[in-house]
Amino acid sequence: MLSLSLTELAFYLFAFVTVAAGALVISAKNPVHSVLWLILAFFSSAGLFVLMGAEFLAMLLVIVYVGAVAVLFLFVVMMLDINFVELRQGFLQYLPIGALIGAILAIELVVLGSAWHFGPDVASNIAAQAPAATEVENTKALGQIIYTDYIFIFQTAGLILLVAMIGAIVLTHRTRPGVKRQNIAEQVARRPEDAFELVDVEVGKGVPMPTKKG
Amino acid sequence: MNGELNLFVALPEIIMAVWAMALLMLGVFQGDKSYNQISNLTIVGFIVCAIVMLVNVGGERQVAFGGMFISDAFAVFMKTLVYAGGAVVLLISTTYLKDHKIARFEFPILVMLASLGMLLMISANSLMSLYVGLELQSLSLYVLAAMNRDRTRSTEAGLKYFLLGALSSGMLLYGISLIYGFTGTVDFDVLAQVLKTEGASNIGAVIGIVFMLAGLAFKVSAVPFHMWTPDVYEGSPTPVTAFFAAAPKVAALALFIRVMVGAFPGLMHEWQQIVIFISIASMLVGAFIALVQTNIKRLLAYSSIGHIGYALVGLAAGTQAGVESVLIYIAIYLTMTLGTFASVLTMRRSEGMVENISDLAGLSRNNLPMAVALAIFMFSLAGIPLLAGFWGKWYVFLAAVEAGLWPVALIGLLASVVSAFYYLRVVKIMFFDEPAASFDGNHGRSVSFVIGVSALINSPVSYILLVAPLITAAGWASKALLF
Repeated sequence: MLSLSLTELAFYLFAFVTVAAGALVISAKNPVHSVLWLILAFFSSAGLFVLMGAEFLAMLLVIVYVGAVAVLFLFVVMMLDINFVELRQGFLQYLPIGALIGAILAIELVVLGSAWHFGPDVASNIAAQAPAATEVENTKALGQIIYTDYIFIFQTAGLILLVAMIGAIVLTHRTRPGVKRQNIAEQVARRPEDAFELVDVEVGKGVPMPTKKG
Repeated sequence: MNGELNLFVALPEIIMAVWAMALLMLGVFQGDKSYNQISNLTIVGFIVCAIVMLVNVGGERQVAFGGMFISDAFAVFMKTLVYAGGAVVLLISTTYLKDHKIARFEFPILVMLASLGMLLMISANSLMSLYVGLELQSLSLYVLAAMNRDRTRSTEAGLKYFLLGALSSGMLLYGISLIYGFTGTVDFDVLAQVLKTEGASNIGAVIGIVFMLAGLAFKVSAVPFHMWTPDVYEGSPTPVTAFFAAAPKVAALALFIRVMVGAFPGLMHEWQQIVIFISIASMLVGAFIALVQTNIKRLLAYSSIGHIGYALVGLAAGTQAGVESVLIYIAIYLTMTLGTFASVLTMRRSEGMVENISDLAGLSRNNLPMAVALAIFMFSLAGIPLLAGFWGKWYVFLAAVEAGLWPVALIGLLASVVSAFYYLRVVKIMFFDEPAASFDGNHGRSVSFVIGVSALINSPVSYILLVAPLITAAGWASKALLF
C-alpha cells in the first residue's frame, strides 16, 4: 500500500497546483484570467515555502507578489488596451523557425546534460553559504545574507533603482501649463483677513457682493 | 568568502555615490537653471574621487566587501581613465545641451552614476558585483541616449540600446548562472583556482564563458554584436555619443580583461579562440563598412568598432605584454576619440548642428587651427607613424607577434591600411575641397580647450607627452593581474 505522510501529501498537492496554474497562465485566452491563475501559482508556491521551513519568504510571496505585483499586473492588463488576438497573428507564420531553433537548443542542452559533470569543489563551495534552517531564524538568516554578506550588492541594487527613478522622471515628466498645484507655503501663510471679511448686514438690504482678495 | 568589509578600499566609490545623491537634492530644489553649477560640481566630484583613489587607496591589491570588490594597480589605471572621460565629456557638453534645450540638471548626475557603475565594473571581483556594476552603468546610459526625448532619433536610439542591452544582459546572466552551477562559486579568485585544476574538462563552464563573452562583446560593441552601435551613436545627442565612445568602452574592456585573465586563466585556450575571432571580425567590419559612411558620427561608430578590434588583439595574445598593450591602446584611444568628438561639436551653423562629412569641406580655409587639429586626430586614428595612435597599434601588434599570433597582426595591419583611406578622405575634404559655409564658432571655450589639449598630446610629440608615461603606468598596472 502506498503510504504518504501528511507533509508529502501537502507537497504533491501544492506542487501539482503550482505547475497546473503555471501552465494555465500561459494558455489562458483572457489576460485577466492569466493574472488570476498567476495569483494561484503564487499562493501554492508560498505553501511550498512553508513546507521547506521558510515561513518568512512564504509571507513575503503572498504580501508582495500577490498583494502588490499581481494587482499591478491586473491594473496594467485592464488599463492598456492591448489586442492580444492581433499579437498572436504571426504565430503560425513564425512557428516553424521558432520550433527549429527550440529543437536545436533542446538538442544542445541534452548534449550538454550528457556530459554533465560537477567539479570536485562544487559541493564544498556551495555548502558553506547558508546556515541550516533549524539553526537560525528565517528573518535573521536573510538579514545576515542581505545586509551583511551582500551589503555591496544590496546597496548597488538600490542605486540602480535610483537611476531607474531618475530615468523615468527625466524621460516622461513635463511641466504643462494650466495645472493647478497645491502650494502648501501659500496655504499656511494665508491670514484670516485674506480669507474672509465681516460685513454688517443692514436689515432688509441683503449682503453686498464681496470684494475678491488673494 | 571572508567577512571583512574594508569599506576604506571603496572610499572613492562611496564618496561618488553620496556626491551624486547630494547633487540630485541640490538640483531638485533649484531646477534646471542650476545646470552649470551641478555640472561644475560633478567635475569637482570626479577630481576629488580621483585624488582620494590615488592618495588614499593606492595601487596595492586590496579586497573589500568580503572579496566582492577589488582595488589594485589595474583598477587604479582604468578608473583614472574613466574619471578623465567623464569629466571631459561634461566639459564639452554644456553648449550643445543648452542649444538643444536639454540642459537638464539630471544630465551630469546620470553621467556621474554611469561612471560609478563603470568604477564598480572595473573593481568587480565576483560575478555578482560584475553584474550589478554593469547594470548601473547600462541603465544610466539608456536614459542618456534618449535624453533628447522630443527628437525621434534620440528616443529610437534609447529604445534600441535598451532592448538590445537587455538581451545581452540576459545572455551574460545565463552564462553566469551556468558558471555558478558548474563551479559552485562566483568569486573570481576561487573560480581561477577551481578551473586551473579542472581546465576544459568542465564543459559547462566553457559554455558559460561563451555566453558571458557574447554579453561582454555587446558591451564593448565588438563584431558580431556591434549592430546597435551606428544607430545609437547617430541618434544620441553628440556629447552623449562622445561619452559612449569613451568611458564605457574603457570600463567594458577593463571588465573583459579582468574576467578573462583574472577569473578564467585556466580556460585561456578556450576563450582565446573566441577573442581572436571577434577581434579580427571587428577590425574588418570597422575598416570596410566605414568606407561608405557619409555621417561623421556613423563613421566614428564604425571607427570605434575597429579600434576595439585592435585593442582585443592584445588581449588575444594572452600575455602580460598583451594586457599592457591593451591598456596603452585604450588610453590613447580615449584621447583621440574625445578630441574627435569635441571637434564634431564645433560643426554648427546658424541653422543648427551639421553631421555630414561633406560639411567639413574646405575647413582649412575657414578655420585653419581647427582643420589642423582634426587632421591630427584623423592621422592618429589611422595610425600614421609618430602620432599617438601609431604607438597604440605598434605595441598591440608587437605583443601579438611575440605570442605567435602573427596572422592576426597581419590582418590588423591590412585593416589599418583600408581604414586609413576613410580617415585620409576626411583630411582631403577639409584641405582640398571647395569650402562649404563656415561654422559659427560659438561652441564655447571648453570645447576649444579640449580639442587643443588632445591635439597636442596626439601630435608628433606624443611620445614624450603621452606614450612614454603611459608605458610606465601600463606596465605597473598589468603586473597587478595574476599571471
